[in-house]
Amino acid sequence: MTTITRRALGLVTAASFTALAATGALAQEKRIIAVSIPAATHGWTGGVVYHAEQAEKEIEAAFPNIDVIVKTSPSATAQVSALEDLAAAQKLDALVILPFTSEELTGPVEQVKAAGTFIAVVDRGLTDPAIQDLYVAGDNLAVGANTAKWLAEKLGNEGKVVVLRGIPTVIDDERIQGFTEVIKGTNIEILDIQYANWNQDEAFTLMQDYLAKYPQIDAVWANDDDMLLGVLEAVKESGRTEIRYALGGNGMKDVIELVMAGDPVTPISTPYPPSMIKSAIYMVAGQFTGQAPMRGSFKLDAPLITPENAEQFYFPDSPF
Amino acid sequence: MTAAIASRSAGPRRIRWADMGPFIALAVVVLVGVMINSSFLSGTNIANVVTRSAFVAIIAVGATFVISSGGLDLSVGSMMAFVTGIMILAMNRLEPSMGGYAIVAGAGVGLVVGALCGLLNGLIVTVGKIEPFIATLGTMGIFRALITWMSDGGSIPIERSLREPYRPVYFGNLLGIPVPVILTLIVVLVGAFVLYRTKYGRRCMAAGSNADVARFSGVSVAKVRTMAFVIQGLCVAIAAICYIPRLGAATPTTGQLWELQVITAVVIGGTALRGGKARVWGTVAGALILEVIANLMVLSNMVSEYLVAAVQGVIIILAMLAHRFIK
Repeated sequence: MTTITRRALGLVTAASFTALAATGALAQEKRIIAVSIPAATHGWTGGVVYHAEQAEKEIEAAFPNIDVIVKTSPSATAQVSALEDLAAAQKLDALVILPFTSEELTGPVEQVKAAGTFIAVVDRGLTDPAIQDLYVAGDNLAVGANTAKWLAEKLGNEGKVVVLRGIPTVIDDERIQGFTEVIKGTNIEILDIQYANWNQDEAFTLMQDYLAKYPQIDAVWANDDDMLLGVLEAVKESGRTEIRYALGGNGMKDVIELVMAGDPVTPISTPYPPSMIKSAIYMVAGQFTGQAPMRGSFKLDAPLITPENAEQFYFPDSPF
Repeated sequence: MTAAIASRSAGPRRIRWADMGPFIALAVVVLVGVMINSSFLSGTNIANVVTRSAFVAIIAVGATFVISSGGLDLSVGSMMAFVTGIMILAMNRLEPSMGGYAIVAGAGVGLVVGALCGLLNGLIVTVGKIEPFIATLGTMGIFRALITWMSDGGSIPIERSLREPYRPVYFGNLLGIPVPVILTLIVVLVGAFVLYRTKYGRRCMAAGSNADVARFSGVSVAKVRTMAFVIQGLCVAIAAICYIPRLGAATPTTGQLWELQVITAVVIGGTALRGGKARVWGTVAGALILEVIANLMVLSNMVSEYLVAAVQGVIIILAMLAHRFIK
């Protein structure tokens, strides 16, 4: 496992191992880290569940005094109930939470915090940032902006692009904002922006409609790899050859494979890796085992994934 | 109206204006489309729209049976994802030994699984005597969870070697007509024949309009309704067969919310939601209306992306109102 996550946290982990050996922490009482995440209902959350479960296995094997409990919930309401159940059953030393929605989860997480639990928030923030001890997230603005910068350079600041949006959420708004702000500074025209709800099927349909509506499209930005696969299929079927680039983002392994193979239409991607949950769990583990205080905000970069570095973002065993 | 009936009295079936509602609505939507964007009528666009409405149309033919017999099936979208997943797994498993024939065998597996899923729904409703709404709400969750579990929340892709030989089933043409459209036509023709010309079809309608009366006249309402759910399952499997080559994978979002589209198509088509009245051709018109509206929303530049769903909702309600007043 030579993932970027592991590298970034290599220091923490190494420090923890040493600390563990030095202090004979084996004899310590169990520390409980509860992890509350959305259930695997689509690709990205499927990846989140996978990485959380991997982290659970690895951390429990490495640190016998830590017990990681992963709990998935299919909705915001269910997640609130899950929090109540978790907190009622035992004293939680830490909670790593990827909240379904910011508004609904803020109160319940505050309740957990009141019992003295260390709170790590991942991806979507809470309405009151004062509750969190640690915040780990990707950079959605950069996902859009970095893609746009690359695209503008490749197109020579000229051309016509279409954009597919996800579900109306803050994440989607930020990506679109990052993208459009960069494009505004060029002569590139954004022909259209419509919702395809991060759904492969809907993206296929929407791309077919874009192709019918616009005789000339130079590039497509799908904002997400699930949608990109639908886009690629629609373009392939149409037989249109003027589309020079079709780009996504998120780090789906099928798309990373395209990048690794040097695909001419999808030569790059931008990560918004579901493995960020793993980063957060490792950080919290460091807090309890290595006396490595973990407080503050940690924003993952969204660097371009290119054929040269794609391997670092490739998790062949992950479902996503 | 009398003139219309009289002039067609020699025909096999009387034409009533009320039944023309969905087709008139479809014509109006198409006319609006032509005015909004000239590329609407382009061959590719029409072919795309008609082809992708095939899934909802095929499933909705099955739903016409279920609804007209007095049932309701909310599980079709989830069932579609589940059957798609099973089919892909079967095809991938059979591919090493059977090569391209794995597609045919997998399709067979899909039909069997679809029929069994329908049978399960039917038995819960008829033998278990549970309201169809609740029974299929339950199986909707079961099928959706199973596909999510089977795919680990990610996707189940079909073997690369099967993609090319399978592609024509969605993207191919026969005499210039897309294959999914031909499949839809076959399903509709068979569906219309069974509903309008067979004893089973009449029993279906009888069970839906008044179950007690049907029972007194010797119709086994339970059998008829169970059979309707099995037909629904088969239709879902047929839709799945032509869905797989489109994107080559099953995911937890496959067929999401299709049950609502299917029910909308059936109702716009003139089938009564309370049962007893079935309009198979109207159902197809309903499916086309839904797809054309969605297509037009993208082709037009008039509406904010935030309001697209609202406009679609308004048009659906208008179509239903027009339908009512034409009567």
